[in-house]
Parts: sequence; structure tokens; C-alpha cells
Amino acid sequence: MKALRKYLDKIKPNFEEGGKLHWLYSTYDAFETFLFVPNTTSKSGVHIHDARDSKRTMIIVIIALIPALLLGMYNVGLQHYMSIGVEAGWLTKFFYGLLALLPQIIVSYVVGLGIEFAVAQVKKEEVAEGFLVSGMLIPMILPIDTPLWMIAVATAFAVVFAKEVFGGTGYNIFNVALIARAFLFFSYPSKMSGAEVWVRTRASFGMGGGNVVDGFSGATPLGQIATTDAASFGEFTFHGITGQSLSIADMFWGFIPGSVGEVSTIAILIGAVILIATGVGSWRTMLSVFIGGGVGALLVNAFAQNALMGMPVYYHFLLGGFAFGAVFMATDPVTSARTLKGQWIYGFLIGIMAITIRVFNPGYPEGMMLAILLMNAFAPLIDFYVVDANIKRRMKRASAVKTEQ
Amino acid sequence: MALLSGKTKEALLGPLNKNNPVIVQVLGICSALAVTSKLEPAIVMAIAVTVVTALGNVVISLLRKTIPNRIRIIVQLVVVAALVTIVSEVLKAYAYDVNKQLSVYVGLIVTNCILMGRLEAFALGNGPWASFLDGIGNGIGYGWILVAVGFVREIFGSGTLFGHKIIPQSFYDMGYENNGFMMLAPMALILVAIIIWIHRTKNKELQEEA
Repeated sequence: MKALRKYLDKIKPNFEEGGKLHWLYSTYDAFETFLFVPNTTSKSGVHIHDARDSKRTMIIVIIALIPALLLGMYNVGLQHYMSIGVEAGWLTKFFYGLLALLPQIIVSYVVGLGIEFAVAQVKKEEVAEGFLVSGMLIPMILPIDTPLWMIAVATAFAVVFAKEVFGGTGYNIFNVALIARAFLFFSYPSKMSGAEVWVRTRASFGMGGGNVVDGFSGATPLGQIATTDAASFGEFTFHGITGQSLSIADMFWGFIPGSVGEVSTIAILIGAVILIATGVGSWRTMLSVFIGGGVGALLVNAFAQNALMGMPVYYHFLLGGFAFGAVFMATDPVTSARTLKGQWIYGFLIGIMAITIRVFNPGYPEGMMLAILLMNAFAPLIDFYVVDANIKRRMKRASAVKTEQ
Repeated sequence: MALLSGKTKEALLGPLNKNNPVIVQVLGICSALAVTSKLEPAIVMAIAVTVVTALGNVVISLLRKTIPNRIRIIVQLVVVAALVTIVSEVLKAYAYDVNKQLSVYVGLIVTNCILMGRLEAFALGNGPWASFLDGIGNGIGYGWILVAVGFVREIFGSGTLFGHKIIPQSFYDMGYENNGFMMLAPMALILVAIIIWIHRTKNKELQEEA
């Protein structure tokens, strides 16, 4: 550690004013503050410092994502070996998933951070931390079979048009990772939805090659129910990729086809506990998304006309990206509502919208992404009216006190 | 030659760059989004708007001293509607397929803000020659944005130009795919935004105060 500090101090003059590498100062600064807590202090006014700067916040989110990431990787391997009909140990399955996902994570980080560093360099600013989380989220919310170049294009698009043009980290209106997903969803629909993309049947780096077994179907449970005909409405039997029936436990643990992050509800719950315990994620937003989803699902259940409308609430929570979106996407501190009352409204409307899109638009079996992006746009408005209502209430009280005197 | 000096030159060339109707005045956005998914309709639309704007400007400019001020909008509409009908009939006769692609947007040239804007702002106060040049300039200023957007959208959205394959089959074999988002209106808006971005970066005097 000391050697590292010494080395950083030694090369520092090169990057400071007048040094020959001054144009790379942002890059140097990013690495220095990444490795060591910065020793600069505020020069004017009274400030309260605590240990929760945005780098630490981002790291907590990454830690909270790890259970979902690990179980997701295992599930990638599990689904793969099931699809080719080969028995394999859990370590093999996990390793296969790791090999499949790692290139995607690397591409997402290299492209995103590359743009962030370049922009910071040009604007002569510090490199912001925001992409640490986005870069991890992007591969986790995409189908495992998404080609790498698509991830690169979508990441570049999202970082430039959802973030940098608005002023960088902390100024974006829409969640960057979801914009990347939305871009791919509308650009390459055949690679982002349907029954072909959720299970990786190819080999990863020569590992796990083989032919797909007979009767294989990679449709996700949500995809299955969206295409169920009205006659079978009322009976919910989801089947796995080789035709075996799926139990609630399978959905809870995440042994179903789907994108890496979203499948395992238990892992998402662990992440939620970490986020809430550390105060990084808002429990109000998370809870109200589930309340909104519950109310929405019960409402459509009451008027059920087809299988999707009749799907019980717990399936809505267990399947697809609902839980993942509620815990990791809706709580994004930049794009969600900031006022406490606003967070209740914001989350509730996300839940309602997600169920509405899921149920009433057969073209989009999953509604969480669009629901969150839609409410991102309304979050500032919600905040405005919450603050406004508070001001009005206090004005009323103040004028009432005045007239009494 | 006094035909292209000072004010008339500005009337012709200004709209191409610093006074562009689309990227500076932000007019005519709706048709710029609607007809640019392919290059061919974009070019036809650009020509149609240029012709209508130029001729409309000339007609209104000739009539400018006789039009009663209170009914000038009606008169302008009549002139524009007549011209658009002629253009529409010509397209139907000689370019039926493109006309079908453009569908209602040929008729909607009547309501194009650029047209009414030029008639109101320029033709009512200037002579026919200057008005003609102004119409041509604004039509081309609108047109080159359409063509630029249509070019990018057709190449990346369909892999073609004028319907001919541009992106080689070997790309598709390697896993390349056409970008479906390019065929949707939001991407056209983003492309216009990129053009505005580049344009403002080059012309610092156009940048608004932050």
C-alpha cells in the first residue's frame, strides 16, 4: 500500500499544472481517488463530512448486486447444460456462466468508462463514479445471448445520450442502464425478446458444446403466459426449457430462463436487505413498487378475461424483472423522486404501470423497464408538487398564526 | 451582377447554415421525423417543399400590396394549398410509389410551419426575386437536414440506399443486424439533435446562455 502511495506521489507532478501529462489529469485523479481517500478539505463555510461519498455508495450497490450476479451466473450454466442434455456439477455450471457473462461485463465497462474518461478529460472535470453501477447493471438486465457489439453500441448510446448530454453523473433524467436496454429492445427486437435468446445454447470459449435436446423451448414463464390461449386460462403451469414443470421454489431461487440479474428472487432480496440496511436504497420506493404492483395485479385479477389478467400477484413478483427493477432500478437516487412522500407516489405508479404494460400489451411481456423509464420522466414533477404542497400547508399555518395574533 | 448581392445573397444562403429553419428555428420537425426513414422520400419531400416555398413566396410577394392585412392568412393558405395540390398531382402522375410512401405528408405541406413562416416573415415585405431566393434557400435548408437524416436512417435502419443494398452480406453473416430503432421516429429526433449539437459547437454565437 505504501509503495503504491509513494508511486502515485512520485508521478503526480507530471499531471499537475505545467506537467507534461497535465491533459491526463482527470484520469490520474480518478485512479488516485479510487485507490485512496482524497485528502482535500473544503475551504469555506461549515461542512459536515461523513464516510458516504458517492464512491462508497456505488461500491455498496455493487456488493448488493453480487448475490444476484452469482446465482444468475450459476443459472446460465444450469439452463445451458439442461438445454444440451448433459449432466454437470454445480461448479462447472457456474464456471460456464462466468465465462458467458464475463466478456459482456468487460465490454460494458470498457466502453462506458472509456467514454466517461474521455468526456471528463475534454471537459476538464473529475471522472464521476456513476458508471460503476450502470456498467454492472447493463449485462445483468440483457439476455445472456446478446452479441457483444450490441452491448457496446447500446452502452455508448446510453452513456452519451442519457447521461453526458444532460451534464454527466447526477444530472441524468433517465436510468442509464435501462436506456441501454431500451435502445437494444427497440433496435434489435429479435435479439431482446422471444423464446430464442434467454438460454445460451452455444459453447462459451469452447466450454460446454453440444446439441440442443429434443423438445427444447427457451421461452420465459412470462413469455409462455403471454402466448397462452384463452381456453387454458385459470391454470398456471409454467414449464422449464426441457418441458419439466416449474415450481414456485424454482422461480424463487431463480432456476428459470431469463436475464442474469432478474431470475433469482432470493438473491434480489439479499441485495435489498443490504441496500436498506446501509441506507443506500430507499425502502419506501421498493415497498411502494410492490404495493403498486400488488394493487394493480389484484385489480386486473378481479376483471380477468385471459391468462395474463388472471395471473396471481405472487407470480408477478417472482417472474420477470419486477423484483430486480423495484430493488435496483427504481431506487436509483438520481432518477427517482427525492422527497419521501414523492417516493411513495413514484414507486406506487411504477408498480401499477409495470402490471398494466405486462397485462394489456401482449407485444411486451415485460413491463418493468418501460414503467420505470416512464416514471423517471415524472419524478421531478412529483417532487415539485410534494414540495409545493408542503410550502402551501406551512404558509397556511403561518398566516393562521398571524391572524390569531 | 446585382441579382445576388447583400440582402438577396443572405436570403438564399442564410437558411442553409446560420438561419436554418430546422436546426436553428426548429420548424418543420414533424415532417422531418415522418418522411426520413428512407432516403428517396426524404429527397422528394425536400424538392416538393422547396418548390412550394419558392413559388408561394413569389406569388405572395407579387400580391403583397393588394392583400388586405386582415385576411392575409387565408390568402396565403389558398395560394399554398393550390401549389401543394399541383405538386401532389404531379407526384401522383410521375412518382406514384414515392407519393404513396409520403402518404399524407405531401398534403400536410400546407400546414408546414416553414412555409407560413416564410410567407409571413419574408414574402409580405420583400420583392419577388428576393422572395424567390428566400424560398429556395429555406427549402434547401430544410431539405439538406432531411437528406442527412434520411441517409443515416436508411443505411443503419435498412442497410440500403435508394433501396439498393449497401451493407454487404458478409456483415450480416458475421452477426450484424439492421437497427430497428432507426426506423422509429425517436431516432430521427435524436439524429436531428446530433446535427444541432455539431452545428452549435461550430457556431458558438448560436449557443443559448446556460
